[in-house]
Amino acid sequence: MPETEGKHYQIKNIFHTEQLSLVIALAVMCISLSILTPVFLTTTNLGNLLKQASIVGIAALGACLIVLIAEIDLSVGTLQAAAGCFMVYMLNNVTKNFFISLILTIIFGGLIGLLNATIVTKGKINSFITTLGTMAIIKGSTFVMTKAESIQNNYVGFDYLGTGSIFGIPVPVIIFAVLCVCVYYLLNFTVLGRNIYAVGGNANAARLSGLNVNKIKIIVFMIGGGLGALTAVISASRLNSGQPTAGTGFELLVISAVILGGVSMTGGRGTLFGVILGVLILSVLSNGLVLLNVSSFFQEIARGLVIIIAVFMDEKRKQSMNKKLLQSKS
Amino acid sequence: MDSIIEVKNIHKRFPGVYALRDISFDLLPGEVHALMGENGAGKSTLIKILAGVYDFEGEYLFEGKKVDFKKPIEAIEKGISVIYQELNLCLNLSIEENIYFNRLPINKRGAVDWKTLHIKTREVLQEVGFDVDPKIKVGQLSTAQQQLVEIAKAVSCNARVIIMDEPTSALSPKEIDNLFVIIQKLKNKGVGILYVSHKLDEIISISDRVTVFRDGQKIGTDLTKNMSIDRLISMMVGRVVEDMYPKNPPVFGDNVLEVDDLQNDKLKNISFYVRKGEIVGFSGLMGAGRTELAKAIFGFDDRKKGTVKIEGKIIKPHATWEAKSRGIGYVPEDRKNEGIFGLLSVNKNITIACESENAFWGHIFRKKLNSKVEKIVNSLQVKTPSLDQLVEKLSGGNQQKVVLGRWLIKENIKVLIIDEPTRGIDVGAKTEIYTILDKLAHEGMAIIIMSSELPEILSMCDRIYVMKEGRISGEFLREEATQEKLLEKSII
Repeated sequence: MPETEGKHYQIKNIFHTEQLSLVIALAVMCISLSILTPVFLTTTNLGNLLKQASIVGIAALGACLIVLIAEIDLSVGTLQAAAGCFMVYMLNNVTKNFFISLILTIIFGGLIGLLNATIVTKGKINSFITTLGTMAIIKGSTFVMTKAESIQNNYVGFDYLGTGSIFGIPVPVIIFAVLCVCVYYLLNFTVLGRNIYAVGGNANAARLSGLNVNKIKIIVFMIGGGLGALTAVISASRLNSGQPTAGTGFELLVISAVILGGVSMTGGRGTLFGVILGVLILSVLSNGLVLLNVSSFFQEIARGLVIIIAVFMDEKRKQSMNKKLLQSKS
Repeated sequence: MDSIIEVKNIHKRFPGVYALRDISFDLLPGEVHALMGENGAGKSTLIKILAGVYDFEGEYLFEGKKVDFKKPIEAIEKGISVIYQELNLCLNLSIEENIYFNRLPINKRGAVDWKTLHIKTREVLQEVGFDVDPKIKVGQLSTAQQQLVEIAKAVSCNARVIIMDEPTSALSPKEIDNLFVIIQKLKNKGVGILYVSHKLDEIISISDRVTVFRDGQKIGTDLTKNMSIDRLISMMVGRVVEDMYPKNPPVFGDNVLEVDDLQNDKLKNISFYVRKGEIVGFSGLMGAGRTELAKAIFGFDDRKKGTVKIEGKIIKPHATWEAKSRGIGYVPEDRKNEGIFGLLSVNKNITIACESENAFWGHIFRKKLNSKVEKIVNSLQVKTPSLDQLVEKLSGGNQQKVVLGRWLIKENIKVLIIDEPTRGIDVGAKTEIYTILDKLAHEGMAIIIMSSELPEILSMCDRIYVMKEGRISGEFLREEATQEKLLEKSII
């Protein structure tokens, strides 16, 4: 009986078609925009677009891992402000060295992740609530530390990270590309990566297979925090300052991209390729609407619609998958 | 007297399993008809067919007329109420709201008419002899009281038939007496009661007729007064098909696993040992604590007190990864929720517990691992079109082999705990699983089988512990164990 099932129906194909629909959506958007406005295809615009996409993308890589283990991190938004200010403060007043400051800031982000994960795993508090709390705490603390004033950077050359380019490719895009390769490797070739899918797919079965689920969650939250902090550093570099108000609503943008990319909120299902497509679609959407002089209010509406439609399609797809599964069983 | 419910030649198939085979059955008004059988005999399947949950092949007559319920609500409207073992109540709502859940009385303004609701609820509660304020939240009631609420709900629907699935499993002797008084009242009103249980003494005392199921087939129906406990047991158990259970003479080594005075919320003073090459069985009724014991040994559940030792060395509690690295493997009872990763492939399901041993700095040597997986899949004869097949799509027996394979692929496994090794698996695959277990024991593995199927325990195990209410209530050697002895220790 099972021998014949596979021939009729391959789950793998479905994943491919799902991503195909995202690819088509992206292509349609790009083609229509290049027809509607000549500015779209200019190097300057594409550079800006990709830079913006990379900033969302780096944080989305972390969020992707967190959503894959069926958790969520809302604190990544206010972490943008905290880590940005932390970085500039380190550069100005403490280390006065770019690399040491960068590493310290990423560690800072990782520690925020550790804090979140500890509350989630040891305190057994749902990660939505936990990070809703830490989000507010981080925001408040940043305001207290900075007295709600932005910190201007004095370190010469810091802006290169966010605004410079190598062989015409913006530095953030290069960083994002390298990190994509790393996360791809992590998810597909390492023990941790495979454990992430297992924990997200069935946490009980994972524990009963002898996996240290809490440890895996802690590591994933720390990676998410570190990547969030790196994003913050790049944003701070673009502005050449640490802004205590940076990153408002950023967490929703990041999570939107992850969901749009087909990562299941219940965990265990989703691919890196999908997330990259999700990031690009949202970036092209907002870029295009700006170019077309659509008011920013409408941009929000458009983004909302895109997310709901995408998740709706995903639900439909899941239902049809279940149906076919049942049919093939009976 | 005409029967309220009659089914004729019913068949029900699930993927890979024949759940009911040619069942004919009837229920008269004003009788208590007991339905007996071991776990997996098909009792629950019949209940669900009667309640309109499952579709089926065959004929279903209600008061002489053919019916075909598409949804449970259609059966309820006809007057068929089921009180499941897991009660279906909203603990956060009051008694009255629970009873009149989907038909709250409404006043002229369209709001809930609380006064009428209150009066109606009081009447119904009086009928079942339950004196309580209907405004109390159901969550504050004891299990027995919640059950009364369920019965009251059935009465309020003018139920012609009430099906009770293991109604006494969570009740004290006094509460059981009380329940029997209510059953008697319902009987006098002409309600037909289908009483599903495997507690022999209860059935003898409350029922008018008994039907016994075994392996999805009806063994027989007779008046209870013609029945004895011995006859019921022999009907339930039947003859053992000898060659279904391959068993070679065992060779025992030293103690591998020693459990000493293990305790937690569900377990009391559990001490036992397993030797190298030995298959040890844990028998007992549902809820006796077998699964809890398995999970406590594996470190999934807390251990309050006591020690678990592998080859003389203590394993720390609450760390499944420690149990794994020290050589314990666990195949859970609830395959779907605790065993398999439905979204992952056969390959990944098998390798999940051994990846770190086949990796260097986190990088998995996939080629090396794949060849090991292929070897395991071949030796266990897992029927799958490819290793990339989603495990969800395999049959129950093949899924079970995949979960077994997850532990067998590891070289260091010394103790394998298998909870209900053949639940939901068809007969052919059962024998295959038994053959594998017997072979493993011969190669020196210590095997623990938790099972509610007596023939399985009796035929496969070298030594048998019986559990009852979280304790070990008896220990038997293979030679001295009989079905009757095991049942006796698990019931009395």
